[in-house]
Amino acid sequence: MLGWLFVAPSERRVLGSEGARRPTPWVIAIMSFSMVIVAAAGLALAHSASMISASAASRYSVQVPGGAGRLAAIERVLRSDPSVTNVEPVSESEMRKTLGRWLGPAASSRDLPVPALVNFDLREGADPTRLSGRVAAVAPGASIAAHRESLAPLLRSLRALQWLALGLVVLMTVAAASAVVLAARGALDTHRFTIDVMHGIGATDLQITHLFQRRIAIDALAGSFAGAAAAALVLLALIAGARFAGELTGGAGLDPSDALVLLLLPLALTLIATFVGRAAVLSTLRSAL
Amino acid sequence: MGLARRSACLARRVERDRHLAAIVEFDSVGLRYGTGAEVLRDLDFRLAQGGFYFLTGPSGAGKTSLLKLLYLAQRPTRGRIQLFGEELSEAARDALPAFRRRIGVVFQDFRLIRHLSAFDNVALPLRIAGKGEEEVEGPVREMLAWVGLADRSSARPPTLSGGEQQRVAIARAVINRPELLVADEPTGNVDAEMAQRLLHLFTSLNRLGTTVVVATHDVGLIGATPGAQMIRLEQGTMVDRTGALRNPPAPDWPIGAA
Repeated sequence: MLGWLFVAPSERRVLGSEGARRPTPWVIAIMSFSMVIVAAAGLALAHSASMISASAASRYSVQVPGGAGRLAAIERVLRSDPSVTNVEPVSESEMRKTLGRWLGPAASSRDLPVPALVNFDLREGADPTRLSGRVAAVAPGASIAAHRESLAPLLRSLRALQWLALGLVVLMTVAAASAVVLAARGALDTHRFTIDVMHGIGATDLQITHLFQRRIAIDALAGSFAGAAAAALVLLALIAGARFAGELTGGAGLDPSDALVLLLLPLALTLIATFVGRAAVLSTLRSAL
Repeated sequence: MGLARRSACLARRVERDRHLAAIVEFDSVGLRYGTGAEVLRDLDFRLAQGGFYFLTGPSGAGKTSLLKLLYLAQRPTRGRIQLFGEELSEAARDALPAFRRRIGVVFQDFRLIRHLSAFDNVALPLRIAGKGEEEVEGPVREMLAWVGLADRSSARPPTLSGGEQQRVAIARAVINRPELLVADEPTGNVDAEMAQRLLHLFTSLNRLGTTVVVATHDVGLIGATPGAQMIRLEQGTMVDRTGALRNPPAPDWPIGAA
């Protein structure tokens, strides 16, 4: 499978060492570095979205405007219902503390009516409307709100950011592939004379492509994995030291399985660059007699 | 009736043998570069298998262009070319390498790969033909010794003199025992003694069955090769007043026995 990487020394000598310090591996390394960082951010965002979505899926709130005094009654109704798995009443002091972030000292004023608020979780498949009647009986004017509805805009934003990350990874792959095509054409120009001589004595396009393909693959492999290794170091430093993922996504980080995905990226970049480079060389050679 | 049938049969056999014996056949061939005037016009000739031909003519007559058609570096803009009995004018591009491997070419400007040693330059046709290293070493050393460069095998072309480069180019052209050898001024950069030696190499190959076409201005070379035929080009057309090139006689043997 990797036979094309191991060619005879005599075959390797045909292209000589011209252009040995070429920029292609550096370009691919920069692309690979950026790709891994963006992909890691995308994966962290995906985990955050999943985590938020999972926690909000069964979460509801009962809210009674100006009904702080009915908190205990609402709590009793909820705890007595078998479809409710968890009840977390939010105390008036807690509510006033939260409101204080926006209202300042005015939030402590007794003139300010504070709603009664109880968060609760429902069993999967349970119907929240059934609870509404029971809650309304003890707290007229109470409303039940699903958390997933209030978090929907945030989840949409997170999903959009994931698609953006994926789009950036694709764009960087295309940019890396374009750099390889340009490098391949440059290499063909550099070795035009050698190619003409080889064609003249009966070399096929595939034989000539074989020489370039190996070189392109080695450049792509070296660049991809060097860039990915640098990105891995940066990610490790950020996750361990600055808690990058936590700050970015509100708690979710990267799973060990994500490492496999990130490791596959430079491999995929190598394969795509090699395939595209080979196709560019073949099509250019076929334009000659 | 029986006699007529036998005559027809004989005529067909003669015609078939005539085609089998022709290694190269040009039929109304013309060549122009881009939109310029035709540099070769109405070329009609056949080269017999095993023949030895000198291509002569003044500078600009089209000798190099004709050689390019012979070693498949150009396609004709009109007419028909048959090589080794096969139609080339419409041959697929992928079919050309197989033809080229049967042709040895000595270029006027040598065309050696400058970063490869003399050994690797000479070995290139064998490696392209898929020969393993064990099949390359012996013949290449032998060929380099033949052209007097046994001790220069690891030298690269820029460090070789013009004559030495010429000899490496010739060694590369003949290492594969080609069926057709095309040489453009092969003795232009070597002294008289080496020219004779190279000519001897060409005639030796010719005796082994290789058809040789040598473009040259060197009258001495032509004179030293009795039995060889001369193709003269003038202003892109062939001068063949006797018609010998249309229906070439069998080669005289031994060629070059002066």
